[in-house]
Amino acid sequence: MKPVTTMDLDISKFRGAFFEEAEEHLATMETTLVELSVRPDDAEQLARIFRAAHSLKGAGGTFGFTDIARLTHGLEEMLDELREGRMQLTPALTDLLLRCADMLRLLLAAAMEDTAAPPYDHLIAEIAAARVVPGAEASAEIAAAPAPAADQPEDATAIDAGWAAPDLPAPPSNHREVQVTFVPEADSLGHGMDPLLLLRDLSEIGEIVENRADLSRLPPLAELDPELCHTGWTLRLRTERSVDEVRDVFAFVEDSSRLEIGEVPATAEVAPAASPAPAPIVSIIPAPITTPVVVEAAYPAPQVTEAKPAADGEARSLAASSPAMLVKNTDAARAQAAKTSTLRVATDKIDRLVDLVGEVIIAYAMVAQALGDPSTSGVERLREAMATMDRNTRELQERVMSVRMVPVGTVFSRFPRLVHDLAVTLGKKISLELVGEDIELDKGMVEQLADPITHLVRNAVDHGIEMPADRIAAGKSETGIIRLAALHTGGSVVIEVSDDGRGLQTSRIRAKAVANGLMRDDDSMSEEEMHQLIFLPGFSTASSVTNVSGRGVGMDVVKRNVETMNGTVAVASRVGAGTAMRIRLPLTMAVMDGLALRVGAQLFLLPLIVIRESFRPKAAQVKTILGRGEVVLVRDQSIPLVRLHDVFGIEDAERDPAHALVCIVDTGSARVALMVDEPLGQSQVVVKSLENNYRKIDGIMGATIMGDGKVALILDATAISRQAARAAGLTREARHGTDACAA
Amino acid sequence: MEQMLVPHEGSPIASVGEQCLSFTLDQEEYAVDILKVQEIKGYSALTPIPNAPPHIKGVMNLRGAVVPVIGLREKFGLPSVTYDKFTVVVIVRLGARVTGLVVDAVSDVLDLHECELRQKPDLGSRVDTSFITGMLQSKERLVILLDVDRVANDTTSIAVA
Repeated sequence: MKPVTTMDLDISKFRGAFFEEAEEHLATMETTLVELSVRPDDAEQLARIFRAAHSLKGAGGTFGFTDIARLTHGLEEMLDELREGRMQLTPALTDLLLRCADMLRLLLAAAMEDTAAPPYDHLIAEIAAARVVPGAEASAEIAAAPAPAADQPEDATAIDAGWAAPDLPAPPSNHREVQVTFVPEADSLGHGMDPLLLLRDLSEIGEIVENRADLSRLPPLAELDPELCHTGWTLRLRTERSVDEVRDVFAFVEDSSRLEIGEVPATAEVAPAASPAPAPIVSIIPAPITTPVVVEAAYPAPQVTEAKPAADGEARSLAASSPAMLVKNTDAARAQAAKTSTLRVATDKIDRLVDLVGEVIIAYAMVAQALGDPSTSGVERLREAMATMDRNTRELQERVMSVRMVPVGTVFSRFPRLVHDLAVTLGKKISLELVGEDIELDKGMVEQLADPITHLVRNAVDHGIEMPADRIAAGKSETGIIRLAALHTGGSVVIEVSDDGRGLQTSRIRAKAVANGLMRDDDSMSEEEMHQLIFLPGFSTASSVTNVSGRGVGMDVVKRNVETMNGTVAVASRVGAGTAMRIRLPLTMAVMDGLALRVGAQLFLLPLIVIRESFRPKAAQVKTILGRGEVVLVRDQSIPLVRLHDVFGIEDAERDPAHALVCIVDTGSARVALMVDEPLGQSQVVVKSLENNYRKIDGIMGATIMGDGKVALILDATAISRQAARAAGLTREARHGTDACAA
Repeated sequence: MEQMLVPHEGSPIASVGEQCLSFTLDQEEYAVDILKVQEIKGYSALTPIPNAPPHIKGVMNLRGAVVPVIGLREKFGLPSVTYDKFTVVVIVRLGARVTGLVVDAVSDVLDLHECELRQKPDLGSRVDTSFITGMLQSKERLVILLDVDRVANDTTSIAVA
């Protein structure tokens, strides 16, 4: 890889943008590849991958990242042949393409930190082989023996060992020191175990005062299989938490690794300063804030090939670039800052901000001018100018807040790959459906959601969906469906992971609960109550522990994670029909597009997402049915009319539909026509919860603050249509009763 | 809360702060624990909440938070008045919740050491006194000390008899 210094200074400014874009291209490639493996002859998708690879190649070349350009060039040529129909996309080929994507990530990571690139020649060879033998399975064999590249950096394995002097404040008395020995199984990287995340979690509950990587299992470079984990760690954690709480961090990986956790007696001394340690041991003593990055430095670069976001890469490459393996706090802090400091924002949001700032400046000029005019009309103008300024600054504040909102699709995009890989490992056939990827949530929430959703998806793949043979036996289609959906509903955002698998086995839950002493054999418990039991710590009914899930520690961690975001998790399940896990999150920060509507003197907002059309009906279009229910006729369809002024008891509203406006809303389950006085315009609003200070109101999903500082209520179309249906049902019953009496 | 409030001479009142904020409603004078009061604001137009009990006057925008506002006159069955710019909203914080209380006017800060806390009068079952913690007497003034948590959390309005 070319060093940055040789690069044109002007271009180097855009490096950050390049890496972000490259990450997007890679994500596109992965998602599309997985989709393609289901429908291999979709030309449009092939073209998308081709475009992604092509852009990556071009940009990589421009920035002087020759390795990236070279690998993507190979990819591009192969994709071109696929596109032209000269080759067929086989599973082996998909696998090769995915591994190329993984390698590109590593290359990007190396490029980002300006360090030696990992070997990738074997992939080029495989691509060449695949192109020689179109559609052949031969590529798989070559893949089995990845050849390390000749230009492998020499210092990568020659790790300098040494003890660093601890430079730490005296520990507070209520802190304990816990020694953790953690040796993952060699193949655990392939199952998604990421030691960096675990160490980061550890550093969140305490301070890692010492971390030693055990490199004794590290084979010579020639024999090194980069897919495997050869490292173990022994670390000392200074924490206020109990040993069990420390153990919880490893809950997901406990069964696939050797784990020893014990309290170090208070008298135990921290490793003596400057005393040399046995050769293959590395000691790192980081400051608390930089712990995750520094710990990663104990990870020799060439042995990690697991796909990870490029952002992780910089830490990994730090390891290769600092032969002493001792990273200064400042370096690490800078690396950390570089990792967390960016947020991609849609251009139109920024444009609106710029517009608003312009308006504020204009309003300011108006104020200044009016102040110079002592007449009464000047005072009037001043008042107007202040009102404008007030409205603009308020909106500015809201827009700035909405900048933090990102679509949940950023989390969802990783799952097609995950599900694909897991399905292949487990020998299942699964198709993943993504719904509502553009629903926006606070960035912090979106990031925090990644872990719980991953866990739920893994559960669905492992426990939910049955083996193809079992599915056929149960009369279902061979391919199981997992649906990952985000939607606005009833004052919150719901993330739902559902599958059409075997459902929760209540009989097994019951047996387990009895065995654990949670209930007695003769206790009666409803299905729903039993489903709730899965959220208890240590509760798993999986008869065999797999590497994917089923260690019985997951659901309570999911629940805890979601609860820290003030959310809830619920489960609905039917034996044989499937399971749905629902994460419900508060709307406090959610942003929504809405149509402002007037009913009488009151202002309401209707989420744009549910509106199909709005129009003023002709008198002939509105019909009463049996003297009670009203419908609007739209293109031969009769849609129930719901008068909002009736629903909300507003007296000064327009009562004649022919002088009002109807909005046809589609809630997914029903279609109703909401009658309002008039539309006032569309706006993007930050949804606020009413429940924080008040309580839930039927038919209202939340509130928002409009440009003039007033509160407007947001209509919950689902609840209103349900309410209307219920009212109609009641009317029918009442009438039925009357008829019966009359008879 | 009530069990902590056994009023007798000279004893500190643990569950009420050292001071109370008093305000008027119609001809009566009321008070709330001053530690529960977050701020006092002028009345501004509220957004009505559909199908809410009459004493819930609506919601207001308190620096970005949506806060319900209770009309204390309606709550206590006193005759309603038209709110104007002299009307005052006392913002109280109850745990994590914030609620506004519309009062006629804020009058005074009462020092509890200078008052005598008396048991609330027993008016029989005809009058609901559950919102009242006790009566504060300072010289010839008689101030009704409200249990503000109950006032804010209870959803019923006292019907005008």
